[in-house]
Amino acid sequence: MKVRVDEDKCCGAGQCVLLAPDVFDQREDDGIVILLEVEPAEHLHASVREAAAVCPAAAIELSENA
Amino acid sequence: MTDTLSPAELPDFPMARAAGCPFDPPPQLRDLQQEGPLARVRIPESGGTAWLVTTYAEQRALLADRRVSSDVTRPGFPIPVPAGSGGGIGLSFILMDDPEHARLRRMVQAAFTVRRVESMRPAVQQIVDDMIDDLLAGPKPVDLVEAFALPVPSLVICELLGVPYTDHDFFQENSKTIIKRSVAPEERAAAGGRLAQYLDDLVGRKLTEPGDDLLSRVAERVKAGDLTRQEAAQMGVLLLIAGHETTANMIALGTLALLRHPAQLALLRETDDPKLVAGAVEELLRYLNITHNGRRRVALEDIEIAGRTIRAGEGIIMANDIGNRDPSVFPDNPDELDIRRDARRHVAFGFGVHQCLGQPLARMELQVAYSTLYRRVPTLSLATDLDRIPFKHDGAVYGVYELPVTW
Repeated sequence: MKVRVDEDKCCGAGQCVLLAPDVFDQREDDGIVILLEVEPAEHLHASVREAAAVCPAAAIELSENA
Repeated sequence: MTDTLSPAELPDFPMARAAGCPFDPPPQLRDLQQEGPLARVRIPESGGTAWLVTTYAEQRALLADRRVSSDVTRPGFPIPVPAGSGGGIGLSFILMDDPEHARLRRMVQAAFTVRRVESMRPAVQQIVDDMIDDLLAGPKPVDLVEAFALPVPSLVICELLGVPYTDHDFFQENSKTIIKRSVAPEERAAAGGRLAQYLDDLVGRKLTEPGDDLLSRVAERVKAGDLTRQEAAQMGVLLLIAGHETTANMIALGTLALLRHPAQLALLRETDDPKLVAGAVEELLRYLNITHNGRRRVALEDIEIAGRTIRAGEGIIMANDIGNRDPSVFPDNPDELDIRRDARRHVAFGFGVHQCLGQPLARMELQVAYSTLYRRVPTLSLATDLDRIPFKHDGAVYGVYELPVTW
């Protein structure tokens, strides 16, 4: 799995950080998403998928076969 | 099919809940949901009409659609009072579109990051513990709204914003007026004006005597010329109202819902698993969905959805309370409160770029409040009959005006 985030779309709701704190964080100064793991380990995939599904701004893009 | 009806023949929105079912959305909403994703409704206060969206998937799609506007000043926006009647109060970025919305939201977003909110958890725990100490030392029965549900989030948001809590009677009275549906437009505008003036004075003070709080950081941005003092004050009004009304209603209404579901309450009381507590908060948010008047928007372009066309300039209302009971997303009886359910995808905080900014804070406060209150007051019980409890049917935020409890 490969993860991409779009900082311009991000609205800082923090859903991804709550669900997958090993993969996502937020910038201190404006709350915009930071991607910690571009290729997260397998045991994190379910929570990353959930994070992408609940992201209100569709700022998380996943490619499953990469 | 409601498309061919004249406005007078359309169902009115909002609709009434069924007697004796204070936690369930109006039955008419369920009927409309079964007929299909979209229906036409009439807004009685303004005489206008709008599309009512009742299904979860279509609600999420439209809330995330950039062709849909949150700009309340646009013609066709489905507000309960006609635009320009003096009823509109500036509630800052929630009523704007990008790029203005994003510009202002990003200025305060840092205060609500998951990390920042987590760092506030011990302070919130202290506030909750102190309030419960006072509660247990005081007389009973007591109104839980006044004694616990309202002061906890008020203290937290005051601390975060740098608003003196000693002024709480003043801003609680005025925010109550603003979010009550039945209030006359002039009265609402006057209350909005008083709060805006109060926040403007406060921003003025933060400009000269800054503290370690969010309003002081906003005041710094005013100094730097990034936003006007008026924009800063309006932002303060929004955060102050949104910060305590919603969470206060969730604490009180959530407690009532749990008292009516003793097996669920027992599960929550006896657990020390933070995951179960967090899941219970999600389920209560889904089940109660206190923003019961829908997410309101207006179409900027023609939008094809679910085989229909929403025309540019037409109002759209996402009824997220019934969306959260959509059986295609929440199977296994969505009308049942089940704190072990996976409810995380609910739309109680909205969806799209306007999704609630304060949701990490709301979640943390609710987790602390629910898990502490029922554990420390294990015999908590209702001190009146359900049918004597006054519900906020007329509020922009649903809840109870009073909750007499004993232990």
